[in-house]
Amino acid sequence: MKLILSEEQQFLKDTAQSFARDKTPTNHFRKLRDDGNAKCWDDSIWQEMVQLGWSGILVPEEFGGSDFGIAGISVIMQELGKTLTPSPLLATSVLGVSTIKLLGSDEQKKNYLPKIVSGEATTALAVDEGNHHSPFDIEATATLEDDKWILNGQKVFIIDGASADFILIVARTSGKKGESNGLSVFIADKNSTGLEVSQISTADCRNYANLVMSNLTLNAEALLGEVDIAGEIIEQVLDLGRIAMASEMLGNTEEAFEITVSYLKERKQFGVLIGSFQALQHRAAKMFCEIELTKSAVLAAMHAADENSNELERLSSLAKFQAGETLHLVSNEAIQMHGGIGVTDEYDIGFYLKRARVAEQIFGTSEYHQARYADISGF
Amino acid sequence: MSDLEVFRQEVSEWLEENCPPSMRTPLVPEEEVWGGRNAQYVNPESKLWLERMGEKGWTAPSLPTEYGGGGLDRDQTKVLHQELYKIKARPALNSFGIWMLAPCIIEFGNEEQKREHLPKIIKGEIRWCQGYSEPGSGSDLASLSTKAEDMGDHYLVNGQKVWTSYADKADWIFALVRTGPQEPKHSGISFLLIDMASEGVSTKPITLISGKSPFCETFFDDVKAPKENLVGVENSGWTIAKKLLQHERNFISNFGLAGGGTGSGADVVSIAKKYLGEDNGKIAHPSHRDNITLHKMKEHAFGLTLQRSGDEGGKASAASSMFKYYGTEHNKDRYELMISSMGNKGLGWSEQGFSDDEQAITKAWLRTKANSIEGGTSEVQLNVISRRVLDLPS
Ligand SMILES: Cc1cc2nc3c(=O)[nH]c(=O)nc-3n(C[C@H](O)[C@H](O)[C@H](O)COP(=O)(O)OP(=O)(O)OC[C@H]3O[C@@H](n4cnc5c(N)ncnc54)[C@H](O)[C@@H]3O)c2cc1C
Repeated sequence: MKLILSEEQQFLKDTAQSFARDKTPTNHFRKLRDDGNAKCWDDSIWQEMVQLGWSGILVPEEFGGSDFGIAGISVIMQELGKTLTPSPLLATSVLGVSTIKLLGSDEQKKNYLPKIVSGEATTALAVDEGNHHSPFDIEATATLEDDKWILNGQKVFIIDGASADFILIVARTSGKKGESNGLSVFIADKNSTGLEVSQISTADCRNYANLVMSNLTLNAEALLGEVDIAGEIIEQVLDLGRIAMASEMLGNTEEAFEITVSYLKERKQFGVLIGSFQALQHRAAKMFCEIELTKSAVLAAMHAADENSNELERLSSLAKFQAGETLHLVSNEAIQMHGGIGVTDEYDIGFYLKRARVAEQIFGTSEYHQARYADISGF
Repeated sequence: MSDLEVFRQEVSEWLEENCPPSMRTPLVPEEEVWGGRNAQYVNPESKLWLERMGEKGWTAPSLPTEYGGGGLDRDQTKVLHQELYKIKARPALNSFGIWMLAPCIIEFGNEEQKREHLPKIIKGEIRWCQGYSEPGSGSDLASLSTKAEDMGDHYLVNGQKVWTSYADKADWIFALVRTGPQEPKHSGISFLLIDMASEGVSTKPITLISGKSPFCETFFDDVKAPKENLVGVENSGWTIAKKLLQHERNFISNFGLAGGGTGSGADVVSIAKKYLGEDNGKIAHPSHRDNITLHKMKEHAFGLTLQRSGDEGGKASAASSMFKYYGTEHNKDRYELMISSMGNKGLGWSEQGFSDDEQAITKAWLRTKANSIEGGTSEVQLNVISRRVLDLPS
């Protein structure tokens, strides 16, 4: 495994970079927020991404995608992360696609994947039920009655949940809370009766929802693949999501750092540029080191995913951990080094802080991944 | 089979045949090999191992064969290291000559200097030391004042160096000397090679907190150094000096990886399990376990960064400051974690009450404190990153 991008991956990254700079600079996000856009993405921008093939990057060619791998979608997320560009890429094109691809029957793949590729449908993945990410702590149940699946329970903090056309719901078909066995995934239309979706309002102003299932009744075909055996696949899908997320967070970090270093070179106090103060220089230099480590961890994790390496779990935890720690550090330092202007809404840097903390929570905080890494490594 | 795989097989067969059995056992400090005119081999197999590796040029695998190096490309070098690692081979030769000086002679030396010095470095026949720091010039190295006066066919050297590692054991020294006393401080420095056997050179050992005495004060009193031993152009030694520091820093960076550098070779996780106990196979104490996990994750990411830098083409640049800073701070952290995991067993000084391994860890812990000082302090590395990489104003 070489820790560099292939030519095609680099090309994709460059394309995404121009896209973000030209079409969705940070102001694009500010406008979505100010307009109170509930989806928190712009449909025409999403359609442009679809045209570029980004919606189908993880979709096999036979279903209309390009099968370009996690590295492909991660470098796009990294570039979009720099300008805080919201899009359905994570929930739909990583989580939705991977769940359907890894779990679904041929029939189901044929049914859903092309719709995702064409931009006709978006999805959301409903896993967590508590205040902290814990993918197997699932109490929501699904029982089979007269050929119908009846789902009951609740889900929280579902990315893009407020607008997704289809919601992939992880429910317990056997076993107890905490076990990875006995989990199954169901695909439900957002308008199903018995499914109550309520948008929640978070500091990063993106699209999340909680949902309550009260005798949500689904046809037998709503079960993705087989019953009871989705646990491992969900973990795998989450690992892919973690890597894509870590990549976006790396982009957030790089840009927040860049903005801050530029500020150090233009703001004067005591008659000199504040960037000449060694107290600030050394902190900036330490952030630089952490960012370099993050780049390597993310790169290694995405290659591991694409090469089906048995190091995937460890590397995905390492990437999410390192990206989380670094973004945490940089988002705080960025504010502090800007002084008063850093805590104004008018200035963009605060957006990075608010996005950072939510991103750190998604699919497990640094603490979560530190514990997971320790267990996997046998410490 | 690819060419590289063929090469791997050849290497593996050669090592199988030529690496003596005792050279595949964990290194004991007394058997470390540094070569040189006065080298003593406690274990005769280490001499044999050096001779065989030196003959192949594999002590310096990437240097050109015409000067005795291995002539291997980047990928082949990596394969060689992997194969050596696989059989747990000890380093055949530790050498400032290879780590620091040889790449600079290749880049800045003339043909005669290459033919004279490189083969002896690679075979471990001549041992080198580094004469940079002076009592008044540490971090501000360019303020150095050891002077070298032009006497026609030779320079007359007078002054003092300090912290010269292994000066008492070395055969030659690569020294920074002031040849242009009137020039601005960076533009009056030359890079001079001096035979330690020359009249007027003397050394005096300094004892470290670890109890060891690997370095010295070095004095030059009217030492005659032939002109042919000037590397590069007179008064432009600073460029060479900085380049050499990059090689030094890159080398020291490896201390950041477990098992790299001047450590005791002990692994922090096994140490913690041994001294704190295990609970279902886990380090029994949760906060120690957390601290160690954090450390190991940073190490993993750091190792990947070294690898990435290699895969990107591994230019020695300002990145070497990052590696030096991070790697040495990390190595210090490792030993703090190690001795704290060991409790009162981590503070032994001599054999009364402590095993050899335990004492070695205490000593290594103390030795690591110098990692973030030698080769330029951590603060200096952060300055370099700020100025050269981030382009922040001074
Ligand atoms: C084990 C060991 C081996 C060594 N081997 C050799 C050798 O073989 N050859 C050789 O030539 N030298 C060698 N050295 C010397 C080493 O390079 C110097 O010790 C080092 O450069 C620091 O210089 P100093 O000790 O004079 O400390 P100082 O320069 O006096 O530093 C004291 C403190 O001030 C800080 N400081 C200084 N300047 C700045 C600044 N601009 N900004 C912020 N902080 C600053 C430093 O970081 C440090 O914390 C060795 C040192 C050690 C410890």
